[in-house]
Amino acid sequence: MSSFAAMVRFENVGMRYGRGPEVLRDISLSLEPGSFHFLTGPSGAGKTTLLRLIYLAERPSRGLISLFGKDLSGLARRELTPLRRRIGIVFQDFRLIPHLSAFDNVALPLRVAGTPESKLRGNVRELLEWVGLADKLEANPPTLSGGEQQRIAIARAVIASPSLLIADEPTGNVDDAMALRLLHLFEQMNKLGTTLVIATHNAVLAARSGRPVLHLENGELMRGPVSARQTPRPPSAKADQTKGHAGQNKEPAVS
Amino acid sequence: MKSPSPAIPFDRGGAARFMPWLVALMVFLAALSLAAVMTLQHALEFWDASLAGTLTVELPPVPAPAPAPPSNAKVKTSPNKNPVSNDGGLAAALALLRATPGISGAEPLGRDAVARLIAPFLGNALSPEDLDLPRLIDVRLSTGAPPDLAALQAKLAAVAPGAVIDDHRLWLDRLVLFARSVQITALVILALIGTVAVLTVMFVTRTGLLVHREAIELLHLMGARDGYIAHQFEREALRLGLAGGAAGLLLSGLALLALGHAAGASAFLGDAVTLVPALHLKGWNWLALAGLPLAAGLVAGLTARLTVLATLLRLP
Repeated sequence: MSSFAAMVRFENVGMRYGRGPEVLRDISLSLEPGSFHFLTGPSGAGKTTLLRLIYLAERPSRGLISLFGKDLSGLARRELTPLRRRIGIVFQDFRLIPHLSAFDNVALPLRVAGTPESKLRGNVRELLEWVGLADKLEANPPTLSGGEQQRIAIARAVIASPSLLIADEPTGNVDDAMALRLLHLFEQMNKLGTTLVIATHNAVLAARSGRPVLHLENGELMRGPVSARQTPRPPSAKADQTKGHAGQNKEPAVS
Repeated sequence: MKSPSPAIPFDRGGAARFMPWLVALMVFLAALSLAAVMTLQHALEFWDASLAGTLTVELPPVPAPAPAPPSNAKVKTSPNKNPVSNDGGLAAALALLRATPGISGAEPLGRDAVARLIAPFLGNALSPEDLDLPRLIDVRLSTGAPPDLAALQAKLAAVAPGAVIDDHRLWLDRLVLFARSVQITALVILALIGTVAVLTVMFVTRTGLLVHREAIELLHLMGARDGYIAHQFEREALRLGLAGGAAGLLLSGLALLALGHAAGASAFLGDAVTLVPALHLKGWNWLALAGLPLAAGLVAGLTARLTVLATLLRLP
């Protein structure tokens, strides 16, 4: 896999907030376009920070990040905007706008990008129907259940057909049946070419998917378990320092 | 089809609730200041037009020789009881003035006119006959070629001893200086009000940015350009500024009408000689005042936009 083709590439990335300790240390990884990874790790391991770096909510304290083949350190601030429009995000706390209807929440990424109203209406309705909320188009999020809110958040993340979808605990508030249905949605998107990174505590879901796993411990990326099909290494085991294995089975190159 | 709601819930922002009231107050004060500037400008133009090209010649009363008192009588006679007709000097002065090149006319003020002039100060109980008042000649100058006032003064003194030329310049200069000072003060107040308005909008906008930071970060991460987010704040500030400005203009309009009524009631001397400038605002003056809410809205919108754009630079 060439580094130019990588959808997401981290080189010795470190991240600290203010003068605090580093919450991420020496992260190096490379995710191919069209890959599908789960990100696991205990609470406080740095999963959300890693995702925030990928979806451009933070700049790293050190190291280099490339996205869509572009080195972010060489881009001006305004040049990040087109990249952000290619990323869909499902937040752990949904971040729905409470005074907007389900329809308007889902339509927001398209409106932000300047899509005409006539073009977005059909797509938004169709997607809300698909996630089972056809009868809740005008409902405001506070009147909906946690699961319904989560489905709106997912619909909002995928409405603009992103090249890269980042999801932070997207199945945390839904039952197993809905979790599987959402996983199916993610699989469908992946088949259509979307690259996915999904952070989850749901080891069963990750195992069921058979997708490669990025595992974080204390701010460091571990090699194991790289795939739910493989036997996990002990958490203390460091990732293989040798690069170049990432292309196999679209597993991440972790160093 | 209804337009989509703004992504940022402005109705939940605390400080924004007070902004229309603050803008209304500032537009009210700004309107009064602007009206003062414009009214004084009219007064200055009126004084200048009324007094430019005119002179007043004062002929002091000359005591007539008192009749010889009876040898035995000790009657104290007040000079005031012997008002003097200065008609001799008056006729000579008039003849001189009318013959002087550069003077287009000279008319003496009758005693009735003089009585009207002093009535506001001394009441109607006294008549000019009771007082040693000077005779006044109203002189109109030709445009373009005014006479040499020093030479005219010398000639007048020869034919009418004690005659004084008053070209009004001294008190007009003082009046203009005073009026200009008031105008400058009003303009400074106007500038201060504008500064306070800008600072107020900046404060309200920054509070709004803080209150709505989650929604703003969300829009930012979705790929909203800074201008898109700033436009939402700009539109809201414009709306609040216009609403507050309209209320302030309404209040100031009522206040100006009341002041105009009061000024009219005080014009006891009539328009020609009143010292209190009547609150006469011309059509374009009212237009300028009506433009204040628009200006308030535009200033609020622009300030909000610039504040948001500056703050968003902190986001990656």
